[in-house]
Amino acid sequence: MPFEILSPALILLLAAALIGLVKGHARTAVILIAPLITLWAIWQVPDGVQGTVKFLSYYIEPVEGSPLRRLFATVFAIMVFVGGLYAFRIGRWYELAAAYAYAAGAIGVCFAGDLITLFLYWELMALFSTIVVWCGGTPGARAAGIRYAIMHLLGGVILKVGIEGVVVGTGSIQIQAMTATDFSTWMILIGILINAAAPPVSAWLSDAYPESSATGSVFLSAFTTKTAVLALILLFPGEQVLIGLGLFMVMYGIIFALLENDVRRILAYSIVNQVGFMVVAVGIGTEMALNGAAAHAFAHIIYKALLFMSAGVVIYRTGKNKCIELGGLFRTMPLTAACGIIGALAISSFPLTSGFTTKSMISQAAIDSNLMWVYLGLTAASAGVFLHAGIKFPWFVFFQKDSGLRPKDAPWNMGLAMIIFAGLCILLGVFPELLYALLPYAVDYQPYTAGKVLFYLQLLLFSGLAFFVLLPLMKRTMTISLDTDWLWRRLGLSILKFVGNGFFLIDALIERQRIRFQQFLHGIAVRYLGQPHTADSKERSMFARSWRVGTTTLWIAILLSAYVLLYYL
Amino acid sequence: MNDENQLHWLVRPSTIRKLWIGSSIILALTVLAQTVIYVKGYFGVDAWFGFGAVYGFGSCLLMVLVAKLLGFILKRPENYYDESEPALDPHSTESNVKENNNAV
Repeated sequence: MPFEILSPALILLLAAALIGLVKGHARTAVILIAPLITLWAIWQVPDGVQGTVKFLSYYIEPVEGSPLRRLFATVFAIMVFVGGLYAFRIGRWYELAAAYAYAAGAIGVCFAGDLITLFLYWELMALFSTIVVWCGGTPGARAAGIRYAIMHLLGGVILKVGIEGVVVGTGSIQIQAMTATDFSTWMILIGILINAAAPPVSAWLSDAYPESSATGSVFLSAFTTKTAVLALILLFPGEQVLIGLGLFMVMYGIIFALLENDVRRILAYSIVNQVGFMVVAVGIGTEMALNGAAAHAFAHIIYKALLFMSAGVVIYRTGKNKCIELGGLFRTMPLTAACGIIGALAISSFPLTSGFTTKSMISQAAIDSNLMWVYLGLTAASAGVFLHAGIKFPWFVFFQKDSGLRPKDAPWNMGLAMIIFAGLCILLGVFPELLYALLPYAVDYQPYTAGKVLFYLQLLLFSGLAFFVLLPLMKRTMTISLDTDWLWRRLGLSILKFVGNGFFLIDALIERQRIRFQQFLHGIAVRYLGQPHTADSKERSMFARSWRVGTTTLWIAILLSAYVLLYYL
Repeated sequence: MNDENQLHWLVRPSTIRKLWIGSSIILALTVLAQTVIYVKGYFGVDAWFGFGAVYGFGSCLLMVLVAKLLGFILKRPENYYDESEPALDPHSTESNVKENNNAV
């Protein structure tokens, strides 16, 4: 078999199996070396389709290279390496193995040359990410994992329906740009959007991710939504409906994050918010916009993982995950606080961070396409991101009030992982050319002009002012907020209960009738066949009376006589 | 004074006052800098003097208020979807109830 058709994803899949088979230092070596080999392999994939394999009656293309695919695969591999470094000492082996298999699915999707391969890796991700959620180990994690699995398997089925439709309709399993015009393309779009946490099912993300373990959520934050963004770029560039959808996601993420008390749920909502930016960019669909979406996905994975790492260290050290219980941790956790703040500045697209050099490309694309309302929406959202993630997260966790907690700072490996990602956030902010060189289209964009920097500083600093002025309005409460998951966790359950009660009533009715019928039969039996209760001559049933011997003999004699008589007649 | 010295330097009231003053100066400077630095406007409105500042503050105010209002409808106590295992001993249910009361 030619070597080129083996996807780099297989290396991680093999590593996932090895993590379970070996122990101790060998396992650590596998965890740390496999992502690096994968990264090397990713850069060995040339552009174009690398051979085909006959599968069922189709010729599938397991590996197809392009700058865009390589970009996503690269950041996934970096994520696995740093995530592995972060997790290897406290993460359980099965969680790490599942996370590596999950990442293998994501990288497989990056290089999938056809819809069938894409679908297989897509399901691999759904499967193993569910296991990562379950590794949270609490009853809440178990329930959330089941809901997560149902949502993703459902999404997979919808995607599959769409793929079947397209294959039957066009006869081609190629991954190529399409528009959502008929049933099957809509199904594909919906299947992908479910993974992108688009409304109305976006609640799966903020439901499941915060239930996973401190290390698991770092992996979860990276892959599912970003492979969906890649799939959107590949399949639906310029799909108008995505602009409105993305803007909704952006605003929804901000509003719900503002309401939230759980630290990781704030970050989960801000994933939806950030993916919203990318979805808008795919909807705009120009080269600048697609570059922006890809660059933003790259930067986003890094700073979002950094934020989840910072939150993970806090949860690991304090065992608490509510804003209300935390605060004042900067005293004893300076490194975690500093890295958290860098991640928060990056997500807020502060100048000199990776968020600024990537997110502003999307705004620029909106300007270039003359979409004023989109531009104003994205700008307002940038201010909102600073509000809900940029300040709210570090403020409530590390400053706010003195919670009295004095936890130790991060263990060395977690600290190192955070430093690497914090360094990358700043590196890509200061030298954006490093990332621009990897983008699918040539970049003719200068992020650092004095006017632009000043505009963003005004925007962000005054959002910061708004935060502190409005702080009394944002007092955290020990509450959760209803999201669309209410539909299936409450409404669905109520409907099920209602239907169940209906069946129960019918069952009771049938049971009552059955008992009445049984009693009726029993009555007849007693009346006609019942046995005497005692030896004395109390009232008997009709067929159970005892007769005197004389009467009996008389009747026998009469019957025999009648018989004989009849015989002779 | 002694009380103040026991606090971490970052959370002393005097430091916080200085931080507010310093930040106010920076905020003012970012707006005033627009007299020197040209901010390119693309759609007319965004070329106004101090547009970024007003727009940033205004949109945040709006979002916080919307969130606050939605909060009245959407907020529920922590254990709204009660998924914990059924409590084995009566003490744990008691503590749940207590938590619940605190929540509201």
